[in-house]
Amino acid sequence: MGQDSLVSVGVTGGGSGAGIASLINNKTDVANSSRMITDEEIQMAKERGVDPYTIVFAQDVLAIIVNEHNGVDALTLEQLGKIYSGEIKNWNEVGGADQEILLYGRQSSSGTYIYFRENIVKNEYDRSMIGMSGTAQIVQAIRSDQAGIGYVSAGYLDENVKNGLKVMHVSKDEASEAYSPLDKENVISGNYPITRPLFQYTNGKPDGKLLEFILYQFSPEGESIIESNGFYPIDAKAITDKLTSDE
Amino acid sequence: MRGILTLLGYFTIVILVGILYLLLSNTLKAFVNIPFSSFFNFHWNPSAHGEASYGILQLLWSSVLVTVVAMVIAIPLGIGVAVFLSEVAPEKLRSIIKPIVEILAGVPSVTIGFIGIVLIGPFIAETFGLSNGFNALNGAVLLAFMSLPTIVSVSEDALRSVPKSFREASYALGANKWLTILKVILPAAGSGIIAACILGFGRAIGETMTVLMVTGNATAMPDSLFDPVRTLTATIAIELGEVPFDTPHYYALFVLGLLLFIISLLINFLSEWVASKFRYKI
Repeated sequence: MGQDSLVSVGVTGGGSGAGIASLINNKTDVANSSRMITDEEIQMAKERGVDPYTIVFAQDVLAIIVNEHNGVDALTLEQLGKIYSGEIKNWNEVGGADQEILLYGRQSSSGTYIYFRENIVKNEYDRSMIGMSGTAQIVQAIRSDQAGIGYVSAGYLDENVKNGLKVMHVSKDEASEAYSPLDKENVISGNYPITRPLFQYTNGKPDGKLLEFILYQFSPEGESIIESNGFYPIDAKAITDKLTSDE
Repeated sequence: MRGILTLLGYFTIVILVGILYLLLSNTLKAFVNIPFSSFFNFHWNPSAHGEASYGILQLLWSSVLVTVVAMVIAIPLGIGVAVFLSEVAPEKLRSIIKPIVEILAGVPSVTIGFIGIVLIGPFIAETFGLSNGFNALNGAVLLAFMSLPTIVSVSEDALRSVPKSFREASYALGANKWLTILKVILPAAGSGIIAACILGFGRAIGETMTVLMVTGNATAMPDSLFDPVRTLTATIAIELGEVPFDTPHYYALFVLGLLLFIISLLINFLSEWVASKFRYKI
C-alpha cells in the first residue's frame, strides 16, 4: 500500500478509552490506545462477538531534561525514581553540584504523569513537584532553572526546542550503559529504558485492506509519518512476520 | 414588559439555587464515600499511587495565603488611586485614567497568567535569587493587579458620594486639602472603601486560570511566599477534566466547589453588611 492506494481512513479522537469502547461495540476497524486493553474489556468484547487482537505499532519515549549548565550527564532508573519520590534531594547525591533538585512534572490529569509515576517512580511523587500544564511549559521552565529536572515526550525535542537544555542519558541499572533517547537506534533497540508502547486493537487478526493499512505503518513511509508526529517507530520485524504468517 | 423583567430577575435566583443544589447533592455523595474527617488534613492526593487522600487544608491555606498577600499589595494601591482620581486629579486626567483602570478588569485571566510566566516570574526569581518564579508571590502580584479595578472603582464611587458640604465644613474649620482627605473624606467613605476591599478579596480568591499558570501547583505545604502553592480553584480546574465520573475523587471536587461558593457568599454578605451598617458615621 502506498499513498496512491484508494483506501480512505476516517479517524476520530477522544482519549485512550474511546477507541476501545468503539471496538467492543464493533463500531471501528482499528482502535488506537496508549494503554493495554483490560481483562474486563476483552470479556465485554467477546460477549459481543468481537475478538480483540493486539498490535504494537509505535512507541512513545520520555526524555529526561535538565538545564544545559547541569553537570550531571546520566542517571539510572533507580536514581530517577528516587529523585521524583523525594528520596534524593540534592544534585550532589547523583554526581552534580551542591544544589537542591527542583522537580517539574505534569498535572495529575495527564497520562504522562500517571505513566511516569507507575513505571519509573513506583511511589508517590514528592509533594514539592511543580505541576505544569504541558510539555512546552516544562521545557520553558527547565531552560531558565538550573536546579530543575523534567520529563517530556522525546519527539517534542527538535533542534530548536533543545536549545538551553541537556537531555539525560538513562540506564536501566548501575551495571548497564546509559543511553540518550535522541539517537533513534537506542530507542528501537530497546536500550533506552523509558518508553511506552502504543497499541492498536483490531477485531481478530487483520486481513485484506486492514492488513495492508497496518503493514503500511511499518513501511519506511509509515515510520516517517510516525516520527513526524513525535513518536518512535518500533523494531517491526517480529510483528510483521506474525501478521503475515498463516497461523 | 414589566412581567418579562420580573421574570429575568427571578431567573438569576433560579440559577443560583440550581448551582447550590448541584453542589450540595454532589457534596453529600462525597461524604457518603469519604469519611468527613479525612478532609481535615494537609495532603490532597486523590489519584495516588497508593492510598488516596483528600485533605483540603493545604489547598485552603494556599488560596487564603495568595489572596491575603494580593490584598496587602492591592488595597493601599487601590485606595491611593481612588483618592487620586476623586480628590486630586484634574478632570481631564481622571477621564483618561479611570477607563484604563477599568480596561484592566477586562484583560483575560489567561493573558495575565502569561505575563506572570514570562515577566513577573523571572523578575521575582532574579530579585530574590530563586531558581524559578513559580511561587505564591507571583500569583499574589497578579491577583493584586486583577482585583485593582474592583477596589478602585468601588472606592472611588464611595469617595465621590461624600457630600460636598463635608469638604466645605472642613475647609471652613481651617483644614488643608490633605487633612480633609485624611480626617474627613476617607472616614466618611470608610464603609464603601471597606466594601470595595472585601469585593476585591472575593475577586481574587475565585480567580483560577492565572494562579493555575504561575503558582506551580505543588501539593506540599508552603513554608514561605517563595514556595509553590496549589489553590482550591486550580485544583478543580486541573482535575475535573479527567476525573473518572461517579468516583469519590469526582465528588470530592464538589466539596472544594462548595467551599469556594460559601467563601464568596460570605464575602458578599459581609460587604453588603459593612456598606449599609457604617454609612456616614464619623
